Amino acid sequence: MAEKIKLYDDSKCTACRGCQLACKQWNALTASQTENRGTYQNPPSLAPNTFMLIHFQDYVDDKGNIKWLFRKEACMHCTDAACVTVCPSGALYYNKETKTVGLDHEKCIGCKECVAACPFEIPRYDAKTDKVYKCDMCQSRITSNLEPACVKACPTGALKWGLKETILKTAAKRAKDLGGDATTYGDKYVGGTHFMYVLKEKPAIYADIHKDPSVPWSVTIWKGWLKPLSLLAAGGVLGGAFFHYMIHGPKTPDAPNDGNDAGTTEGGK
Amino acid sequence: MTNHWVDFKNSDVILIMGSNPASNHPVSFKWIQEAVDKRGAKIICVDPRFTQSAAKAHLYAPLRSGTDIAFLGGMIKYILENKLYFEEYVKHYTNASFLVNPDFKMPGQNKGVFSGLTNGKYEKDTWSYQTDAAGVIKKDKSLTDPNCVFQLLKKHYSRYTPELVSRITGTPKDKLIEVYKIYGSTGKPDKAGVELYAMGWTQHTVGVQNIRTMCIIQLLLGNMGIAGGGIAAMRGESNVQGSTDHGLLFHIWPGYLSTPTASWSTLKVYNEKNTPTTKEKDSLNWWKNKPKYVASFLRSMYGNKLSLDDAYAMMPKIDDGVNYSWLMIFDQMYKGKFTGFFAWGMNPACSGAHSNKTRLALTKLDWMVNVNLFDNETGSFWRGPGMDPTKIKTEVFMLPCASSIEKEGSIANSSRLMQWRYKAISPVGQSLPDGDIMSEIFFKVKELYEKKGGPNKEALTLLTWPYGKKVGHEFHYDPRAVAAEINGFFLEDKKVENPTKKGEFKEFKKGDPVPTFAWLQDDGSTSSGCWVYCGSVGEKGNLAMRRGQADPTGLGLFSEWAWTWPVNRRIIYNGASVDLNGNPWDPSRAVIKWNGEKWTGDVPDGAGDPGKGRPPFIMKPDGVASLYGPGLVDGPFPEHYEPLECPVEKNLMSPQKNNPVIKRFDKTGVGSDIDVYSGVGSCDPRFPFIGTTYRVSEHWQTGVLTRWCPWLAEMQPGMFVEMSQELAKDKGIQNGDKCAVSSARGEVECTAIVTPRFKPFNIDGNTIHEVGIPWHYGWITNKDRAYNPGDKKAEVFTQGDAANILTSTIGDANTMIPESKAFMVNVVKKGVK
Repeated sequence: MAEKIKLYDDSKCTACRGCQLACKQWNALTASQTENRGTYQNPPSLAPNTFMLIHFQDYVDDKGNIKWLFRKEACMHCTDAACVTVCPSGALYYNKETKTVGLDHEKCIGCKECVAACPFEIPRYDAKTDKVYKCDMCQSRITSNLEPACVKACPTGALKWGLKETILKTAAKRAKDLGGDATTYGDKYVGGTHFMYVLKEKPAIYADIHKDPSVPWSVTIWKGWLKPLSLLAAGGVLGGAFFHYMIHGPKTPDAPNDGNDAGTTEGGK
Repeated sequence: MTNHWVDFKNSDVILIMGSNPASNHPVSFKWIQEAVDKRGAKIICVDPRFTQSAAKAHLYAPLRSGTDIAFLGGMIKYILENKLYFEEYVKHYTNASFLVNPDFKMPGQNKGVFSGLTNGKYEKDTWSYQTDAAGVIKKDKSLTDPNCVFQLLKKHYSRYTPELVSRITGTPKDKLIEVYKIYGSTGKPDKAGVELYAMGWTQHTVGVQNIRTMCIIQLLLGNMGIAGGGIAAMRGESNVQGSTDHGLLFHIWPGYLSTPTASWSTLKVYNEKNTPTTKEKDSLNWWKNKPKYVASFLRSMYGNKLSLDDAYAMMPKIDDGVNYSWLMIFDQMYKGKFTGFFAWGMNPACSGAHSNKTRLALTKLDWMVNVNLFDNETGSFWRGPGMDPTKIKTEVFMLPCASSIEKEGSIANSSRLMQWRYKAISPVGQSLPDGDIMSEIFFKVKELYEKKGGPNKEALTLLTWPYGKKVGHEFHYDPRAVAAEINGFFLEDKKVENPTKKGEFKEFKKGDPVPTFAWLQDDGSTSSGCWVYCGSVGEKGNLAMRRGQADPTGLGLFSEWAWTWPVNRRIIYNGASVDLNGNPWDPSRAVIKWNGEKWTGDVPDGAGDPGKGRPPFIMKPDGVASLYGPGLVDGPFPEHYEPLECPVEKNLMSPQKNNPVIKRFDKTGVGSDIDVYSGVGSCDPRFPFIGTTYRVSEHWQTGVLTRWCPWLAEMQPGMFVEMSQELAKDKGIQNGDKCAVSSARGEVECTAIVTPRFKPFNIDGNTIHEVGIPWHYGWITNKDRAYNPGDKKAEVFTQGDAANILTSTIGDANTMIPESKAFMVNVVKKGVK
């Protein structure tokens, strides 16, 4: 096996959400009690039991043309992954071959550093289990040479899984063929992501997309010199606390969230 | 479908109208996307709402619900005026040249109706063809005679100007022309266009005529029978094709043979009344074989125990002129005409139009048997909203049945593909396969008749039921035996002449499977449960089990994957894909090709030997396809009529507002007190907005299966109403607000989705709003209903009740399918009067 990328092409996505269902099924995730809030999008956001989400967005362009934009949100599997950098317990790790970012829950200590560090606001913390959750690119499948569950479920070819070079070429060609404002997204950030998009519209148009994601300066500092230093000093615990303080300030009680998981999950907006 | 799912990849233009395949047939988009990627195909989406399909289309045009004929009639006019039609095809393969009775009058000259209308019914005398002394239809191959079908078609649709169509449909004129132009481009021999429809076309008082209009377009453009062409009926249920094939509807026996009426007293009369004849010398007139299929069907019912005449006598007859469709069943039930009812794999309390009437109808029963996977709104109707269980006499029996993965059998999908499915797990709990339950009931009823007697006793006691075996007390039905029975057997040793090679004989032994329906006999020597499936099970086994993946033509026919009726033909009418000399119109997409000795590619349909002049539409007595279709009850050409409930005072096309031959349940002596409509005659200010219904990807049918699946309920948890920003502003409704949507028949609570994807229509200068609701919900999976101890609760509750609480008891003139796609409603924010 070699370095691999998952590609999402929004011009081919019909928002049938077969992927969202397949993700729940393969990963044996529970469903939450939801309600319609004036959109097809549900659950409202990523959660400890929701690793991916199709966004639904009405959009009227400057010429008055109506569009219905769809976007799959999930872990981007950065090459330069802030979460792996900050993870003090080694729970977050790079798959040696595909270079995607796995998550070993046995090792997760619930410190939430990854939640704060992620430039895409992906990981979600669950207070009930005191662990963090996110898409691991179906580690259990890709290590057996199967495509991720979402890719398997996609009927239209909007999702693809393949060798890095091949996918990068496919994506670039697709964006060029689509013309107009079509572009690739993900490949230009954080050393290149292992989940990337071809977007038909300008990225800035998509709701809740991260316009210029980058590894936070604090993580860079951490990676560059604080982490080695703190590891030397106190096995990471002190450094971790210091780092937490730098990002969040003093620890305060968790604010209650919406929904039935009120007050028990953290992450995202 | 005339073609099949994979065939979308061969299209150049894909018209999505009356359907939303991106949401409701997600896999179809695999092939649509392939057509776009590999052929540069264009997708056109015409819909009142900007749907997920519209989001993928190259061109979207809005239209007001219920105005499809106006829209498409305008396209016919455009195609004819701009000479975009495929002249050779039209001349030779359709009835364009046939001369019609000079007394025939069309709506343009006859106050909006065709000639012959008396008391809400058409007498069709004037709809006939002119014939010569020998009875042969007169024709004008130059297509110039003013009474020829082509000229009549031209004249009829000359009224459908873009200006008028736009005023009726609300579609901007430039969008109309753009759609007409792109779709009209497929009239060239090397271009193919396909149309995808679903309930968006059928559920109207002009449902059949909606589809007819498109058939006319496809014939004008030479799109029938070719790869990438055809009319794609996107089935709303994975086995609906199978259910109609096998006679689930009241008016047909299996294989589309008419259900006998009381006045067709003998088999002889039945055959005389139902077997078409023709005087056209080259026409094959395949239905002349009908008596063979009827005899073989009767044999499958009673074997050799009865003569064919006696077997026919045993079969139930329907009263002449009486309609037994869904709406009528529940109307009669509401009137107390039924004592018992089986709701089998159905949820009429939510799925039937006018749910409140349906639910009240159930209270009039003595007993009901609900066969389903879960309890549903039908089984528990007696404790539903507004019901008082102490006052309801109906005794309900719940029989749990196995799901599709817990039993073996076939399904026939939209492609007419009979595909075998195997049992994956055993049925859970006490549930049984439907076949076992039916067998059990059959044997019990038979036993009762044998012991106690009863009217027409032998009709039941003599039925053949060789479909399995008894283990202990339980009869286990064997679907493979049923499949073999459907194919049919020789019932005696017989030497038969090869139907395709004169002078060549083949000997069959008693019990041999019949190779294809061409070998079926009318003398009672063969049986076949459904003649169109004859050929599916034979010497090579059950062909529905095949999984061959060879595709020698590259067209995606996959002829060795399962089996397609008829005779494994993947594209029907493919005899029309070649010219008069047998050469494919488009050699790059040849469905069939003559190799000098025989046809290769798909199984040829009506092609005959090249150059022999056989017209290819062999299921029509005259051998050609019908631009002019006098068979329907509401006119030989489709004409625009308004939905029964509509937002306009007048039909802008003619003085006749609604389809003149629909059955009005609000008329004295027809329906009941609860059958009310709004805005019939004049617009009803209480219900000023058009309402329509549709589906979402996540739920299936009334949600009986999917609402119990937490992952699906999580994604689409409840009733919503989609509306324009303009309407929301008028009504003071914010996105996400709880709203009450009401019609003359009831009210449902919905969450508002305020969206630019719905736009107000400009209808003849007036602003008309349309709103849409999904039909999948029902109260039984709601959180706030009363639960008794032991009641199953959904893991994820859904919100809201059935969309059909709003729809009315009014049906299509030909089929009586309810008009659930266009009715009138009001929307208010919850709590606002």
